[in-house]
Amino acid sequence: MKPFTYERASDAKAAVQAAVETPGARFIAGGTNLLDLMKLEIEQPQHLIDVGRLPMATIEDTADGGLRIGAMASNTKVAADARVRSRYRVLSQAIVSGASGQLRNKASTGGNLLQRTRCPYFYDTSKPCNKRQPGAGCAALEGHIRESAILGASRACIAVHPSDMAVALVALDASVETLTPSGETRSFPLMELHRLPGETPHLETHLIPGELITAVVLPPLPEGGQQYRKARDRASYATAHASVAVVGGRIALGGLAHKPWRAADAEAALASGATAEEAMGVELKDATLRDENAFKVPLATRLVAATLREAAQ
Amino acid sequence: MRTTITVNGEARSLDLDPRTTLLDFLREKVALTGTKKGCDHGQCGACTVLVNGVRINACLSLAVMHDGDEVTTIEGLGAPEALHPMQQAFLTHDAFQCGYCTPGQICSAVGVLAEIKADIPSHAGDVGAQARLTADEVRERMSGNICRCSAYPQIVDAILDAAGNLP
Ligand SMILES: Cc1cc2nc3c(=O)[nH]c(=O)nc-3n(C[C@H](O)[C@H](O)[C@H](O)COP(=O)(O)OP(=O)(O)OC[C@H]3O[C@@H](n4cnc5c(N)ncnc54)[C@H](O)[C@@H]3O)c2cc1C
Ligand code: SF4
Ligand code: FES
Ligand code: FES
Repeated sequence: MKPFTYERASDAKAAVQAAVETPGARFIAGGTNLLDLMKLEIEQPQHLIDVGRLPMATIEDTADGGLRIGAMASNTKVAADARVRSRYRVLSQAIVSGASGQLRNKASTGGNLLQRTRCPYFYDTSKPCNKRQPGAGCAALEGHIRESAILGASRACIAVHPSDMAVALVALDASVETLTPSGETRSFPLMELHRLPGETPHLETHLIPGELITAVVLPPLPEGGQQYRKARDRASYATAHASVAVVGGRIALGGLAHKPWRAADAEAALASGATAEEAMGVELKDATLRDENAFKVPLATRLVAATLREAAQ
Repeated sequence: MRTTITVNGEARSLDLDPRTTLLDFLREKVALTGTKKGCDHGQCGACTVLVNGVRINACLSLAVMHDGDEVTTIEGLGAPEALHPMQQAFLTHDAFQCGYCTPGQICSAVGVLAEIKADIPSHAGDVGAQARLTADEVRERMSGNICRCSAYPQIVDAILDAAGNLP
């Protein structure tokens, strides 16, 4: 690890201010992603602002019947919350399908959203990677990698976003609340948090530098069934090759793109009477396939069909 | 950076390089080498300890993040002459070969039983229902602890036994 200085933020405003004023500063919450990458010197912050103990770990009912989840609420706390389990079960299911019990105890809601890709070439510092070093090239393009994107990929980057939780949150139409560097709070759909790679895969979100995620807000209980399914190489403790969150008529896909993917075309096709297979045919018509990841088309199609059936039960 | 962490009931106050992980703090600074370093990247569970009663991977946390916390390691769970029931169950069921993963397995298992008691759901069950203690649940909840010697069947038996739940 490269040397860095460390401070524990006293409140959210002070954290944002420190982030803006200190060169090379980063927030650290659970640390389970940032420290992993710092040990490999993929991340090299000069200063860490520990936001882990800010009083933003509560889960509260909102006036309109939704739920406001503080950004520091641990993944375990959210998955175990009685309201989440009864009203937003897809979120609980998605969280407990990710990582391990130890990691979920430490991981925060905000940190989970901002975790970086697990592309093996991103992790292998002996290989070129546009995400690590803009303009260096992408080793995954010539490499062997099953866990690459089939939707929204670019010639610069074919990595996928690994969060399970975020897929459920997109299907739930959640929004993100932040504190901006100018001290304002803003709120926007979580679906608009992450970017596609384009020519700048090192830019992963639409957050302003120094902006702090303070909460994730769930709208009132949606109509229709909910279900999360995840397909992976092992039964547990592995990231998704494909995952699906269904909430009523909404579908979000994980493991297929640089961001949690709202399957709007499939939703529209289903709404006008298509079968799940036909709907996924529409959704995946522009999929960019490689020898190693073409299996994701039938996998995602069958996963969506099964998840829709289960959600309807 | 001055940091005080209570380890197994004893307050330890040290001046630390912020880079010191909680794992290195335990092993290198307070010489409690029971907690093991396997992967150092959150992938194996060998470094599992209890922080304020909750299991985490000590390798993916900085010691300075734990100022004021209470940490329990394998040395704090029990002693050779007064074993913790989970330690005794691992012996009874021969739940290890080389033993390298064992301190992490035992701390994790103690955490798992507390999590089931606290009704924290898992991927093995219906998230809408009360958390239950079954072999499937134990396997899923312990998936963050890898055993290269593959003592898994005995580990599951030991945990069920320690919970008084062996069929
Ligand atoms: C072995 C292993 C397996 C895993 N498997 C899975 C899996 O199957 N599914 C899955 O979804 N995840 C998986 N994960 C990832 C895990 O879920 C993340 O590491 C975790 O959610 C990150 O949360 P954190 O609080 O520890 O983030 P941190 O490491 O603290 O932070 C991550 C990033 O977010 C930024 N940040 C944190 N909080 C905020 C905030 N409030 N506002 C602005 N920026 C912030 C940090 O600056 C940093 O850049 C796995 C991790 C490991 C190590
Ligand atoms: S796919 Fe993206 S993250 Fe992976 S090596 Fe290429 S540029 Fe880097
Ligand atoms: S050493 Fe911490 S998980 Fe492997
Ligand atoms: S007993 Fe050898 S690794 Fe588990």
